[in-house]
Amino acid sequence: MVTESCFFRTAETDGCVSCVSPLFQSVKYQQQHVSGPLVVPMFSTLKDRVGEVLLPGDEFTCDTDDTISLTEHVKPEKVVCGPGLRRSGDRLVVCKSGVLRHKQPNVFWIDSQQRRYVPAKGETVIGIVTTKSGDVFKVDFGGSEQASLSYLAFEGATKRNRPNVQVGDLVFAQFSIANKDMEPELVCIDSSGRANGLGVFGGGGLLFRVSLGLVRRLLAPHSEVRSDLEQLFPCELVVGMNGRLWVRSSSVQQTLIIANLLQSCDTMTAPQRRELFRRVKQGAL
Amino acid sequence: MANDSVKLSKNLLRMKFMQRGLDAETKKQLEEDEKRIISDEHWYLDLPELKAKENLIIEERSFVPCEDLKYGRMSFKGFNPEVEKLMALMNPRDEEEKQEEEEVSRMQTDVTDEEMALRYESLVGSMKKKFVKKRERAAMEEDLNQNVEETNTKKAFLKPQD
Repeated sequence: MVTESCFFRTAETDGCVSCVSPLFQSVKYQQQHVSGPLVVPMFSTLKDRVGEVLLPGDEFTCDTDDTISLTEHVKPEKVVCGPGLRRSGDRLVVCKSGVLRHKQPNVFWIDSQQRRYVPAKGETVIGIVTTKSGDVFKVDFGGSEQASLSYLAFEGATKRNRPNVQVGDLVFAQFSIANKDMEPELVCIDSSGRANGLGVFGGGGLLFRVSLGLVRRLLAPHSEVRSDLEQLFPCELVVGMNGRLWVRSSSVQQTLIIANLLQSCDTMTAPQRRELFRRVKQGAL
Repeated sequence: MANDSVKLSKNLLRMKFMQRGLDAETKKQLEEDEKRIISDEHWYLDLPELKAKENLIIEERSFVPCEDLKYGRMSFKGFNPEVEKLMALMNPRDEEEKQEEEEVSRMQTDVTDEEMALRYESLVGSMKKKFVKKRERAAMEEDLNQNVEETNTKKAFLKPQD
């Protein structure tokens, strides 16, 4: 049981083990000694535990024996397990520590914080072009290895008509291949061949790093951080899921103010952040 | 041939141009049926048929569908109008806006869907009459009650009596 969870940790984080893992390993030993592993029946108790803090090694199994009754449907429900949850055979195993979240109808995931990005297919990230070799650009996105971006994966690119991409350019791309066994690949077009905002984006802005949690908070549907930011200055923002943000505003000073604001509101509570934004707004005026 | 449904031979149905109109499902069925016809010359494994177990758990690696995250490029207060257009295009529209759009589109149509369906029923019949051959047209005009089915004998080869 303990060795299984170790395996999941190293495989999941691509060789970059987070610093808290040895701590949880010791906690796991204690847990086993006291009460044994937590094995609970599936969907209904998954729902019961929404909002609770779970640790790596907690399992959810499908106990269909006690739920068969003549009045109910015996139709097994499909469960979509998001990041932090993993399927091992018939069971659902937690592999990150955090709070269990739920979305209708059947999506569950673990809400956790980290700074290190692990690529996932379909996510859009900001990358920096490092080398240009033959038909392929190597792009650094902050992961364990560099991703490759083919020069044909741009809108309107053909073998004769190459895209205008130089080393050091910032590129907004999405992953077409991203798993732990293969080199990640980026593309700057969608499945129908249109760019839709992906590709090289311009100069005049500032690129900086934040934690992945802030990125998700910024991109959430009804985001308070974004609505606070909307009222400040006219500005343009590109958010990469790998924790990189790029800001451009009408003057260098405003750009720097926004960058500093976003970096500092990562670790603030909501009232503190609102206070800070209010002060900046007054100060700027 | 006055019959509407002419019986086509199996060989004809197996030809490529007849398969194009079928759905993917019927195609798979036909392929499986063909595979099952094993002659003595073919070697096969004498194993029971194994069905893949239906997976109840689907893995999803990204946060984007879980939390309904929005598009990564944004522009505030009209700084970059192109990006603002992209935002409107790419972001999943809110449910309220979607409902409003549906209501608006319903009001604009003068003819409702049900009326169109009724109209089409009669239209198909009248268009069919246009493309029908002379002999069939004569036969059709005879029966006004479309309940009576026509039974014509097939014209077979008559051996000359000598």
